Amino acid sequence: MSAMALRTLTLAIAGNPNSGKTTLFNHLTGLRQKVGNYAGVTVERKEGLFSAGDTEIHLLDLPGTYSLSPNSEEERIAAEVILGLEKEAPTPDGVICVVDSTSLEKSLYLVLQILETGAATMVLLNMTDELTLRGARLDAELLARLLEVPVIQISATQGIGLPQLNALLECWIPRHAEQKTEKKLFAPTLPEITQRRLRAKQIARNVIKQELLPHPWSDKIDRVVMDRVWGPLIFAFVVLIVFQAIFSWAKPLMDGIDGLFTLLGTAVRHLEPGALWTSFLADGVLAGVGSVIVFLPQVLIVFFFIALLEHSGYLARAALVMDKLLYKAGLQGKSFLPLISSYACAVPGIMATRTIENKRDRFATILIAPFMTCSARLPVYAFLISAFIPDRRIIPGLLGWRSATLLSLYLLGFLAALVTAWGLKSTILKSDKMPFFLEIPPYRWPAWKTIFLMMWDRAKLFLTRAGTIILGASLALWILVTFPRHTGPEAMRDSFAGHIGRAIEPAIKPLGFNWKIGVGLLSAQVAREVMISSLATIYHVDADTKDQTKLQEAVRHDVTPWAAVSLLVFFALAMQCSSTLAVARRETGSWKMPALMFIYMNALAYIASLAIFQTSRWLGF
Amino acid sequence: MTSSPLIPRPLSSLMPGDSGIVDHLETSGTVLYKLMELGVWPGEKITLVRRAPLGDPLIIELMGYQLALRQSEAQSIFLS
Repeated sequence: MSAMALRTLTLAIAGNPNSGKTTLFNHLTGLRQKVGNYAGVTVERKEGLFSAGDTEIHLLDLPGTYSLSPNSEEERIAAEVILGLEKEAPTPDGVICVVDSTSLEKSLYLVLQILETGAATMVLLNMTDELTLRGARLDAELLARLLEVPVIQISATQGIGLPQLNALLECWIPRHAEQKTEKKLFAPTLPEITQRRLRAKQIARNVIKQELLPHPWSDKIDRVVMDRVWGPLIFAFVVLIVFQAIFSWAKPLMDGIDGLFTLLGTAVRHLEPGALWTSFLADGVLAGVGSVIVFLPQVLIVFFFIALLEHSGYLARAALVMDKLLYKAGLQGKSFLPLISSYACAVPGIMATRTIENKRDRFATILIAPFMTCSARLPVYAFLISAFIPDRRIIPGLLGWRSATLLSLYLLGFLAALVTAWGLKSTILKSDKMPFFLEIPPYRWPAWKTIFLMMWDRAKLFLTRAGTIILGASLALWILVTFPRHTGPEAMRDSFAGHIGRAIEPAIKPLGFNWKIGVGLLSAQVAREVMISSLATIYHVDADTKDQTKLQEAVRHDVTPWAAVSLLVFFALAMQCSSTLAVARRETGSWKMPALMFIYMNALAYIASLAIFQTSRWLGF
Repeated sequence: MTSSPLIPRPLSSLMPGDSGIVDHLETSGTVLYKLMELGVWPGEKITLVRRAPLGDPLIIELMGYQLALRQSEAQSIFLS
C-alpha cells in the first residue's frame, strides 16, 4: 500500500454469476470493503478500496448478471451504475469485466453489452488455471485487438496474472468511447440480442485456439450427486450436517454468551441493588447487547456452510434436487437452505435468502421462514408442555402425549408455511411465468479467503444493521417494564407494560389469556424465550432455568389447560421476534415486508388461538 | 434429399446424452430474451446432460457450459 495516492480511480467490477468476480474482489480489497443494500431493493451493494502503485482504486462490485437488459433488479442496477445513473453509487471511471475463460462465448454477451455503453473497459479472463488444465488455449492478444480493450489472463484463486493486473491498473487511463445504446439498453430488441450473440460466436471462434476438454471429474461426481437414489440421500446427509452444526455446534457458544451476559448483569446489579442505573445497565443495555450477540454463532455457522456449498458448486445441485418439490409449493430449489437454517433461527435463515436471485421467490421465502420452528420457541414449548400436558403414553413405549404435542407444533409451523407460500403464489406474488435458469458450474475448490470474508461480512452486517434495531427494541421494553417506578410486589402490574397488558386483556381474553400472559407476549417481542423470565417476574417466582416447577405451578393456577394449548398454537404461528423483523427490513430494503409479516402472522395466530379456545369452551372442556 | 421432412422436437423429449440444434423457440417476452441471452437461440447445439433426481429440472450443455431449466421451459425449445 502506498503512503500517498497520486490519483483515485473509481472502477466497477462486472461479470456473470460464477465468473469468480467475488473471489477477485475479495483478493483485491481484503478487509477494506463494506457491504450494504441499494435503497428499496434487495440488491446487495459492495464497495472496496485498494491501491495499485500510486493509484488508489475505489472498487464497486456489481451484482453478477448475464446481461444489462432490465429483466431483473440486479441487471437494472448493474446497467445504471455503469451508465452513472444510479444515485447511490459514484459514476465509475471504468469497468473491469471478469470473464470465466472456460465459457467465453456465453460470457462475451455481457462484455459486448458493456462495451456498447461506451464505458472504458478492461477484460479479465479468469480461471486460466482451469482452462490450461482442460487443455484449452485462448489468444488473449487477439481478443484485445478485436474488442479494442486491454485483456489479461488471470486466476483469482491461484493469484495468476494479478501482478500484471496491478501494473495495468497503475497506468490505465480509462477513456470512454462513444456511447452506442444507452436508451436501447433498457428495452432489448430481438435483432440486438441476435446481433450480440452472433458477434460473440464470431469472436469466440477466432480467439479459442484449442477447444476445451470436459472437466476431468465434475461429471463423475454429478453422476452420483444427481442420481435418482444417491442424489436425495446425499442431499439429506448434507442437510443433516448443516442442521447438526447450527444446533449443536452453536449451542455451547450461545450458552457461553448467554451465561457471560447473565453473569455480567448480576455483577452490575449487585453494584447498587435496586438502583435505576444498575437496572438500566443490566436489564436494558447488557440484556440488549447479549440478545444481539447470542445470534452470532448461528449467523457465522450458516454463512460458513453457504459459502462452502456455493463456491464448491454443490448449492446449485442441491437446488436442483429440491426444485420440483418446492416449486409445487410456490417456491424454488434454492429456498431449501434458508428454510432449513430457519429451524435454528429465522435471522440467519432470512439472511441466507441472498442466494436466491429471483426477487419474487426470495420474498416468498423470507415471508414463510419465521413459521419454521426456531430454537427460541423451544424453551417456551418445553415450559408450557411440561406444565400442562400430562406425561402419559399414547402408544406404550413409543409415543407420549408430550412428544406428540411438540411434534404437532413443528408440523403446524411447517403446514402454515406451505399454505402461506401457496397462498402468496396465487395472490400478491403472482406473476405470469417465472422462469428458473441456473448455471451449473463445474465443482471447484473454494477459496478459504472468500469463505472467511463472507462470514465476516455477514457478521458485521448483522451487528450493525439488525443489531441496532434489536438493541433498541430491548431498551424500549426495559423502559416499559421499569416505568413509572414502583417498588414492592406489584411493580410489574403498575408499570407501562402492566398497563398495556391490562389494556389489551379484553382482546386476548377470548384466547384464554389474562393480562399477565399479555405482558409475557409483549416481552416475547424481544425474543420469544424472554416470555418465561418475565412471567417469573410477574408471578414473583425466582427465574431458575434449571427448576421451573414453581413457576409452572403458579401459571397452572391462572391458566386453563385449553388456554395453554391456545398459547402454544399462538407461539407457533405469531410473529413475536423483533430481530426477525429487523433482518427482514434489512434484507428487503423497506418496512413493507416486515409489516406484512407482522400483521399476517399475528392475525393468523389470533384466529387459530381464538378458534381453539372458543371451541374448547363450546364443547364444555 | 430426405423423403420425409425432419420435424423439430422439444428439448424436453430428449434422452440424456442426446443433442440437437435449436430450430425455434415457442415463447416470448422475458423468457425468450433470457434464453437468448444465455445462448439458447436458433443454430446453437444443445445436449441434454441429465435430469435432476426427481426428473425436473433438466441440465443442458451448450457453448461449453451447463445450464439447468425446468421442463416447462424445455417444452418451448424445439430442436432439429
